[in-house]
Amino acid sequence: MENKLYVSSSPHFRSNNSTRRIMLDVIIALLPTSVAACVIFGFRSAVLIAVCVATCVLLEYVSRKIMKRDTTIGDLSAVVTGLLLALNLPVDINPLIAMFGCLIAIVVVKQMFGGIGMNFVNPALAARIVLLVSFPSAMMHWVTVPGQPQGAMIDATTSATPLAAKAGTYSYIDLLIGRCGGSIGEVCAIALILGGIYLVIRRVISPIIPCVYLATAALMSLAFGLDPLYQILAGGLLLGAIFMATDYTTSPVTNWGKVVYAIGCGVLTMLLRTYSNMPEGVSFSILLMNILVPHIERLTAPRTLGFVKKAKGEKK
Amino acid sequence: MAELSFPKKPYPTRGGVHAPHNKNTAHKQSVEMPVPKTVVLPMTQHIGAPCAPIVKVGDTVDVGQCIAKSDAFVSAPIHASVSGTVKKIDKITMPGGNRVDAIFIESDGEQRVSPDVKPPEVNNLSDLISAVRESGLVGLGGAGFPTAVKLSIPPDKNVDTMIVNVAECEPYITSDHREALENGWDIISGIMTVKEFLDIHRVIIGIENNKPDAIKALREIADSSVDIGDEIRVLPLKATYPHGAEKILIKACTGREVPMGGLPSDAGCLVMNVASIAFISRYLKTGMPLVSRRLTVDGSAIKDPTNVIVPIGTPIKEVIEFVGGYQEEPKKILMGGPMMGVALPNDELYIMKQNNAILAFGEKEARLAEPSACIRCGKCVSACPMRLLPLELCNASDRRDEDALNRLNAMNCMECGCCSFTCPAKRHLVQTIREGKAFLIQKKREQDAQNKGGKK
Ligand code: SF4
Ligand code: SF4
Repeated sequence: MENKLYVSSSPHFRSNNSTRRIMLDVIIALLPTSVAACVIFGFRSAVLIAVCVATCVLLEYVSRKIMKRDTTIGDLSAVVTGLLLALNLPVDINPLIAMFGCLIAIVVVKQMFGGIGMNFVNPALAARIVLLVSFPSAMMHWVTVPGQPQGAMIDATTSATPLAAKAGTYSYIDLLIGRCGGSIGEVCAIALILGGIYLVIRRVISPIIPCVYLATAALMSLAFGLDPLYQILAGGLLLGAIFMATDYTTSPVTNWGKVVYAIGCGVLTMLLRTYSNMPEGVSFSILLMNILVPHIERLTAPRTLGFVKKAKGEKK
Repeated sequence: MAELSFPKKPYPTRGGVHAPHNKNTAHKQSVEMPVPKTVVLPMTQHIGAPCAPIVKVGDTVDVGQCIAKSDAFVSAPIHASVSGTVKKIDKITMPGGNRVDAIFIESDGEQRVSPDVKPPEVNNLSDLISAVRESGLVGLGGAGFPTAVKLSIPPDKNVDTMIVNVAECEPYITSDHREALENGWDIISGIMTVKEFLDIHRVIIGIENNKPDAIKALREIADSSVDIGDEIRVLPLKATYPHGAEKILIKACTGREVPMGGLPSDAGCLVMNVASIAFISRYLKTGMPLVSRRLTVDGSAIKDPTNVIVPIGTPIKEVIEFVGGYQEEPKKILMGGPMMGVALPNDELYIMKQNNAILAFGEKEARLAEPSACIRCGKCVSACPMRLLPLELCNASDRRDEDALNRLNAMNCMECGCCSFTCPAKRHLVQTIREGKAFLIQKKREQDAQNKGGKK
């Protein structure tokens, strides 16, 4: 017989999972949030999203070319990064600042560390924090949105975020449907929750991280005498817990690791929200926990089937 | 010691994947293949020492006549599967790439039975073990471990449970399923014999719940009056791969864990493949050694997938022709299942004792996607039934990092393929981990040699 058989190692069957399909699912899960952003903040959000996505994809392509590595834009991960970054920005940000954020995310954090799977912090989050430190006023400028409560207005065009506003200004309903100030992707809680449910159903993420993160934050709020539901719905917590903390590369792969990591995120978030002079603690907490992931993983390695502890004195 | 009880439902196991079942041949009666013109019998059809031929070129042999054996403890003799003349004894290349001697027998078509073939006399355990050894039986489920060795349980091990493996979790393969349907009585009488001589009072028949007809058939016999003390029960298992792997099967049936590096007997269990146990009962009745077996021929390139009963040593090509040949150009031919089977370089090889399937696939199934970077999704971790960290093992193997491989318990990987199967980045995890294991074994050998040298 002609010698044209494939001789490869087992297994000879593969599931139809693929990186591209997973990223596509994340994009689908972010659709409700993106649509909500356009409805709440108007056409400008669509432009912001388009600018970030296009810049990220372009930068990914160019940096891979320059580093003489194969192109990876087909896996859609740059689209996800661009989308997430856009959703973390205020709507009236200067597009040049947004593009600078993309540069940080894709080139510095992702590609300089070796590309997908190699970065040790979440690219979109790292970029957001760099922008926050470099352009604090532009990054914390929240425009008013139609229908939001009068009390939340600072002046004719600016409003306070739910966490900065006086208690009682925003109702739960305001937070659920996004009648409040904030970055374009964090305001509409319902859209975020929908996306989260989709990701869990599609088995893209395990529910451990978001659930434990939110539960820890709720418990901490109770301990601090805050309203747990309000704390969960307000600010970037849902966006962070569902879409940022669950980033594969920068979260633990072991189940117990996920629990430890999520508890850490929850505790840090509430500590920062309560004690720091910056009301928003989600990004910093996740970033800090990202850095601890290798250690958490090492400490939570599962016990392999049939593993017996070596008796004392027994030689290895 | 606590009274042994039968589990109502399987004990929980971790990981595993939902591989497509594709059990296309489950409802088809097996067919017997006519005697081929030539059979080729390699000297290693089992795990352990190779046999040495005891016939010469030109000798006339009969069916069931022993033609090769070895004095080593871990080995199994080989018998002529046809009557005819020994044409030549020559080296052939095995699927793994190593070259071994093989006996070529030209059949005279008469299928004369050798006068040596007569029912063995079995009065105690050691009779049984030597009879099984003479029969040339090896584990028919795929691994090919000599059954006589398995039955020789060291006296310091307390084996109280026998598990009969009908899980058959590999996609496509239905040869054990057909065995259960077609030879139910052989199975039960084989179980009765073995349990009596080994003094085992709990027999669990583990079978995946995607074979309701076989479960029903086996239950009917196991629950009938032959099973006097009600010591044999059928336990339906979840139909997830790899429930047929020994360690996973033991966990699911008894809740016990085989210690790392240990054997089933360390967990008080004896695991027997269903076809092996049925063979034992037939052998005790007829004395005909292992000269033929049932196997599944399937895959997208096969015209008419069927289970066939073939003489051992039949050329694979002829078996495929017998079931109607190829319907498209084969691009990959497997010996065994798609998850753990070996890809053959061509179809010029021969059916061996432990061979439970021949699968041939066309271009679409044969082609594997190119691997890309690991995205650390953790899917391989949740899929690993041994609860290892495949992605870390893979990295450690690439780095040839001995400490990390040991810390990650690389040797506990059973190469089941769940991790590679599920990986969205299509990484060659199993292949890389296999290299890492080989590296560890080599390191250990070097170390042992050094220690020996140092002592002198
Ligand atoms: S399944 Fe593949 S991509 Fe996911 S963590 Fe394992 S090796 Fe990496
Ligand atoms: S091949 Fe090894 S590492 Fe991969 S899933 Fe199976 S036991 Fe785990």
